[in-house]
Amino acid sequence: MTNRLDISLPTDREIVITRSFDAPRELVWDCHTKPALVRRWLLGPPGWEMPVCEIDLRVGGKYRYEWEDKGRGKTMGMGGVFTAVNKPESFSSREQFDDDWTGGETVNTQVFTEAGGETKSVLTVLYASKQARDSAAASGMTDGMEAGYARLDEILAGL
Amino acid sequence: MTPSQRLDATFAALADPTRRAILARLANGEASVAELAEPFAMSQPAISKHLKVLEKAGLISTAQNAQRRPRKIEGVRLAEATAWLEAYRQFWERRYSALDELLGQLQAKPPNSPRGRH
Repeated sequence: MTNRLDISLPTDREIVITRSFDAPRELVWDCHTKPALVRRWLLGPPGWEMPVCEIDLRVGGKYRYEWEDKGRGKTMGMGGVFTAVNKPESFSSREQFDDDWTGGETVNTQVFTEAGGETKSVLTVLYASKQARDSAAASGMTDGMEAGYARLDEILAGL
Repeated sequence: MTPSQRLDATFAALADPTRRAILARLANGEASVAELAEPFAMSQPAISKHLKVLEKAGLISTAQNAQRRPRKIEGVRLAEATAWLEAYRQFWERRYSALDELLGQLQAKPPNSPRGRH
């Protein structure tokens, strides 16, 4: 399957997430950079909304995302600043969650390449340290996102 | 240790190529310290240090019943590490599935939609 998601750990501090989409690069770019489109897919777990999605797409420009689970009164937020913007190929940013479960800022690099009508997305997240990467992905994703982790919880509970 | 701390210990232990090689060897069956040291240009005390890290992380254990005290692999911690990556993968897959859906909707619009004619 061409759209398969691939996750790799090329260095001690990085996580690279690769995925292909059946769409032209400009459209995939828009879905990553236009708030009206971003908030339609960059969702939290079911039941969570994304009331804040602000993107000032230029070098030095800031972005701000906030998610909310109204039913349980929970919120989560993150923000960043763009360090490079090369439409429609790539953008980079420094990013941090409000509750800092990523152990400091991450440096994110998003690259899009188009071939044969498909767009390949490669997202590289560089953490402040190896420790930050490992613990952020392990604990932060579960604590902060609460999504899709029932399985991990089950496995851990069964140990 | 919390699950998170256990994962930290697991990944710290897995960060060293010698320790990964030791685990790969133990995946084929238990082995004594001398047997484990053999393929490496390392002294037995140096190998023992690595074994201590692996044992502390719960990745291996020492059989106490035999005199040569063979080490054996403990799959549980590795399974946790694998589960972590799997959960991470599922998180992104969910997001990107939503993006697939959105891209499909955006491309399904006819090129001369009313919006485009204004």
